[in-house]
Amino acid sequence: MTVARFWRKIPNRYNLIGTHCTTCGEHYFPPRQMCPTCRRDGKMEDHKFEGKGKVVTYTVIHTAAKGYEMQTPYNLAIIKLDEGPSLTGQVVCDQNEMEIGMRVRSVFRKLGEESEKGMIYYGTKFIPE
Amino acid sequence: MRDVAIIGIGCTNFGELWDRSFRDLFVEAGVIAIEDAGIQGEEIDSMYVGNMSGGRFVEQEHIGSLIADYAGLASNLHVPATRVEAACASGGLALRQAILSVASGHDNIVVAAGAEKMTDVGMDTATDALAAAADREWEGIMGATFPGLYAMIAKLHMHTYGTTSEQLAAASVKNHHNGTMNPIAQFKNEISIDTVLNSNMVADPLHMFDCSPISDGASAVVVAAADIAKKYTDTPVYVKATTQASGTISLHDRADITTLDATVAAGQRAYKMARMTPDDIDMVEVHDCFSIAEICAIEDLGFFRKGDGGRATEAGDTAIGGRIPVNTSGGLKACGHPVGATGIKQAVEITQQLRGTAGKRQVDGAEVGMTHNVGGSGGTAVVHILSRNR
Ligand SMILES: [Zn+2]
Repeated sequence: MTVARFWRKIPNRYNLIGTHCTTCGEHYFPPRQMCPTCRRDGKMEDHKFEGKGKVVTYTVIHTAAKGYEMQTPYNLAIIKLDEGPSLTGQVVCDQNEMEIGMRVRSVFRKLGEESEKGMIYYGTKFIPE
Repeated sequence: MRDVAIIGIGCTNFGELWDRSFRDLFVEAGVIAIEDAGIQGEEIDSMYVGNMSGGRFVEQEHIGSLIADYAGLASNLHVPATRVEAACASGGLALRQAILSVASGHDNIVVAAGAEKMTDVGMDTATDALAAAADREWEGIMGATFPGLYAMIAKLHMHTYGTTSEQLAAASVKNHHNGTMNPIAQFKNEISIDTVLNSNMVADPLHMFDCSPISDGASAVVVAAADIAKKYTDTPVYVKATTQASGTISLHDRADITTLDATVAAGQRAYKMARMTPDDIDMVEVHDCFSIAEICAIEDLGFFRKGDGGRATEAGDTAIGGRIPVNTSGGLKACGHPVGATGIKQAVEITQQLRGTAGKRQVDGAEVGMTHNVGGSGGTAVVHILSRNR
């Protein structure tokens, strides 16, 4: 991912800032410009999420994505935040601890890096609550 | 809208074809299809070309023009050629565009082709290119791989419905068995449940043998207005439905992670368009990029109740001779998955079945067949219903 492409969403990635539609009350993460329910009638504002939620489903990745080879095996999960939306993220814990329905909270971590000289990605991971 | 029929089909071998180039494959499949239809280049009104990622796999864009040129249709005839992209559903979507252009009355004879050359790059680059079918900014960057996304679907399916690893493996075992009877298949070897369960874990609970391979290959079909189809072939195969639906590109935004709602929507639209129900379908080619994808597909298309797909597969309901034969070609798992070619290859297989020329894979009394092609983890689904009868 290019520097600019990563950089412009840094506030969202570092602080779990998504959006909230004041018309229908739905919360969105990742942030959306347009509410899928209200579309152009939706009034969108930034919303900082608490970062707490539960694991909807998960996997333990053994064959890594590019740039994540050093981390295998790692736990990847879909996490439903308490405010409503779901997102994809890594859960830092022993793979035997992973369980559907487990409570987790967000932490600031290094996500990965492009190469030795490339960009280092930081963002949100999760740990058991 | 006019009725449309398939009058010609062609497929290269699928596999690791290191001696063949991207354009070689495309032209080979196209020529087989054109000869099968018995048409001349002058009769081709337009072409639609399905390709997911020529830019990443062979560093070539402008695929439409390239193929028209090397098919000998550009320098004199100037046949319009349009590239269509929807990740792994690119081929199915190219076929749909070809059908629509004939149905609209604008064109009479159109070639739909699909190809992908995936083995010119290393496994890392290929995997990364495929990951571009998911949301790079909010899935990929978190360390998600394609098998990882489907593994999360599998994990929840097992948790919710009691589906087992053995039931998932049964889909791969069946598809390898079907592949042994398909001359173009990448893998023509039988495997056992143990082969699957003892293969490397890629993303828990999916083993390597739950995953479709990296492949090269191309496929093509010639579609024509139904009114002129009999001029070219005694066994035209009629298009009863062509549908497409979008779903959220990210898996995490799906209402139910175990349901590809784009598949549900495309399926329902197809049944409505054809005035049919799942009971009318004699065999189906579904998008089994992973074993769990086949299980979800046969549920989402209405062949089995939600949650019953694993048990049905294990019981042999989806084998040739079973209640609804699924992936008689060997599917993506055994036949191979050159992503842009897959959706067209599905139509080639169903056409062979409906013509009664599928050899040892032949489904008795095949009258109506379905194809189901998915892009990404369900961002796009394309469904076709094909029939022997107009
Ligand atoms: Zn809203």
